[in-house]
Amino acid sequence: MRTVKTGVTRRSVLAGIGAGAAATLVAPKMALADKAATDEAIAKLAGGAKVQEGKVKIQLPQIAENGNTVPFTVSVDSPMTEASHVKAIHVMAEGNPSPQVASFTFTPTGKATVSMRLRLGKTQDVRAIALMSDGSVWEAKQEVKVTIGGCGG
Amino acid sequence: MRKSVLAVSVALVVAAVTGKALADPPFDPKDPKMAPYIAGDKRSGYTFAEPETRAMQDDDFTNPGFLWVEEGKKLWSKAEGAAGKACKDCHGDAEKSMKGVGAVYPRFDPHVNSVLILEQKINQCRTERMKADEWKWDSKPLNAMTTFVKHQSRGMPLAVQADGPAAPYFEMGRRLYLQRRGLNDVACKHCHEDYWGQHLRTELLSQGMPNGFPQYRLKWQTLGTAQKRIRGCNEEVRAEPYPWGSIENVALELYATWRANGLKVESPAVRK
Amino acid sequence: MPTPRVKIPAQAAKGEVFEVKTTIDHDMESGQRKDSAGKPIPRKIINKFVCTYNGKEVFKSDWAAAISANPYLSFFLTATESGSIELKWHDDDGQVYSASHAITVA
Repeated sequence: MRTVKTGVTRRSVLAGIGAGAAATLVAPKMALADKAATDEAIAKLAGGAKVQEGKVKIQLPQIAENGNTVPFTVSVDSPMTEASHVKAIHVMAEGNPSPQVASFTFTPTGKATVSMRLRLGKTQDVRAIALMSDGSVWEAKQEVKVTIGGCGG
Repeated sequence: MRKSVLAVSVALVVAAVTGKALADPPFDPKDPKMAPYIAGDKRSGYTFAEPETRAMQDDDFTNPGFLWVEEGKKLWSKAEGAAGKACKDCHGDAEKSMKGVGAVYPRFDPHVNSVLILEQKINQCRTERMKADEWKWDSKPLNAMTTFVKHQSRGMPLAVQADGPAAPYFEMGRRLYLQRRGLNDVACKHCHEDYWGQHLRTELLSQGMPNGFPQYRLKWQTLGTAQKRIRGCNEEVRAEPYPWGSIENVALELYATWRANGLKVESPAVRK
Repeated sequence: MPTPRVKIPAQAAKGEVFEVKTTIDHDMESGQRKDSAGKPIPRKIINKFVCTYNGKEVFKSDWAAAISANPYLSFFLTATESGSIELKWHDDDGQVYSASHAITVA
């Protein structure tokens, strides 16, 4: 059996236990990004284009052993030619203090696949948006469960 | 009796948590890919890790611990101190001279008549042979050199000595390993001998085998030593950690490493 | 001074797609943590990564505070001609860390 916290923010858990250990980890008070704010940011990036599902693949662990270092790969189905290529990929995390994670700007070369590692403050959806050279916008998302160590760390 | 131990400590943190079942990381002891990480009943922390964490360790480029290996490699040839010497001037090619060294530390050192961990041996070389300043605990250069030296033994089974002149340190380490500590009133052995394979909140408890130290921890977002991890465990059970390199923390590292004898050195490992 | 690690093939066939793997040691201080005295730790991250191939910008990435410490990045390029691949990491404090790699395209 493995359990996951639900409906409890990492911050409240940290605040509730061992003040000493939590002191260096507690974030200053700020509004967390949420789905609505992330939707807004994505609409702005899309610049009026309809955001469609498909073409984009995002790979993440279903369970992040620690939210501080979560590997991700985004790939987009595209020939990456002058006539048809990915112009940009934007990665967003809905439940972080700010949704921005990274943006990637491409030219017609290689293939549209990037890998990095990101920080997730809690269990949430990670979203990837691809802007294509033909003006279309595509999206994929995946939920990542962020676990907390046995002693709260 | 044993069950109540965890019940008490877990109650502190579990209150705010509700549960939903999730699968443990896959582990099949018959899987040939797992063979390098098993010795008899002993299991490396690698076998308790999620596949993504294992993958990060599997490739020496994606393994962030190699940033420290590379740094240590540079420092190996860098002359420092009044004697104008580098490690290389006495020890030559580290790939040959340091092979196996990491597998037998912590080790009794007749020059100081005490058990030393690898960091202390490196600093002994610096002050006595190089006439250079000691590197500070958990500093970048000390962690880099320790990782670089330990890495030369990667793949070799740990073989630390518990008898002979090391025996009193070993006995002390064992006593501390079994001793309840802190507000949570638990001992190392409760998690790592009695309850490994079970869960403390979301955490799958490992056997506490230190064969991958110094290691990159996703939680730390940096590399750290067994000394740091032992201190971290103490903090987590709300106990005052033993100082870096103190006789207690060294004895604990000796005992914990002896428990892992037979498991192969993985330094630098990647762990949660 | 952070030291990048880079893995790029030394040789590639013309038209071949190859992977560029990079890591660099950097704390990526998010600006959202406080020190033990309760004082906020100021943000200091690498905010931009740029790759040029024989002087032409072929790939760029902008990073936020949500990127993990010691950032790892992998992406792909097409081998077009022999020359030099330059990588630059831009720090919040204005410093630029760079690496250069020669590639032979046959």
